[in-house]
Amino acid sequence: MLVFAFYLFAVLVIASGAMVIVSKNPVHSVLWLICAFFNAAGLMVLVGAEFLAMLLVIVYVGAVAVLFLFVVMMLNIDFAEMRAGFMKNAPLGLAIAIILLAELVLGIGAYRAGKLELGTPLGDAAPVAGASNTENIGMLLYSDYIFLFEAAGIILLVAMIGAIVLTHRERRATRGHQNIAKQNARRPGDATVNVKPEVGQGVEL
Amino acid sequence: MIGIEHYVVVSSILFVMGVLGIFLNRKNVIVILMAIELILLAVNINLVAFSAFLGDLTGQVFAMFVLTVAAAEAAIGLAILVVYFRNRGTIAVDDVNRMKG
Repeated sequence: MLVFAFYLFAVLVIASGAMVIVSKNPVHSVLWLICAFFNAAGLMVLVGAEFLAMLLVIVYVGAVAVLFLFVVMMLNIDFAEMRAGFMKNAPLGLAIAIILLAELVLGIGAYRAGKLELGTPLGDAAPVAGASNTENIGMLLYSDYIFLFEAAGIILLVAMIGAIVLTHRERRATRGHQNIAKQNARRPGDATVNVKPEVGQGVEL
Repeated sequence: MIGIEHYVVVSSILFVMGVLGIFLNRKNVIVILMAIELILLAVNINLVAFSAFLGDLTGQVFAMFVLTVAAAEAAIGLAILVVYFRNRGTIAVDDVNRMKG
């Protein structure tokens, strides 16, 4: 059953990944990306990393993918023109991808042949028996990695401020734009003058 | 039985697919950003798998930080994209030459 679930999730995550990069419409790409994230979360659940799996669903599907979807639908882009170089770049891309995959597979082959030893953990971050995955991560995160955790918070703060500063548009003072402070500060003396013209002279404003 | 190799193979394929996506969609920044997300997802799967199979939670904590950085990167990237589109009316990567770099 576990093996079946693994292969199901693995095949689906790879197929979704393939659809992300080859689908014609970016909206479909985003939807396939969501599918890939769900299946990756499934893979993580299978090895007992429930907390990270749920984080993946919440952060990626709930925030990042929706952000992508917003941007794709908000910008009016001619996507057909975007794909002009698709076939032209394909041979080079495929060649580089195959070389990269061959190198990675060589590494796995070396491990299978026994030439590569996996490192052994120190044991100070080993999960406590009886505690759930979330509890274990929390105990680690709020003790050993507290400064890194705060740094992550600062990264998110900077990203938020940066996104707001980048996309914020200064409103121009248009006609009918009300400045209440200016209105309240206005006094009759600033706005009107009392003149007594000579008869027949008129007034120069 | 499912071993570490299975997870490494899946994440390798996903990683290579992300790299391929950058090459295939050279004109479309949105799909390039999605390909980067795929690469980071592959890295996360790898970290979690090694963390689980070695019995050491550091990998999962690290995967969380990768997730944080990925979310920040997506937000900033899309914000730059929106500003760029507002100024130029297109997002084609080939036209990005205003800074003469």
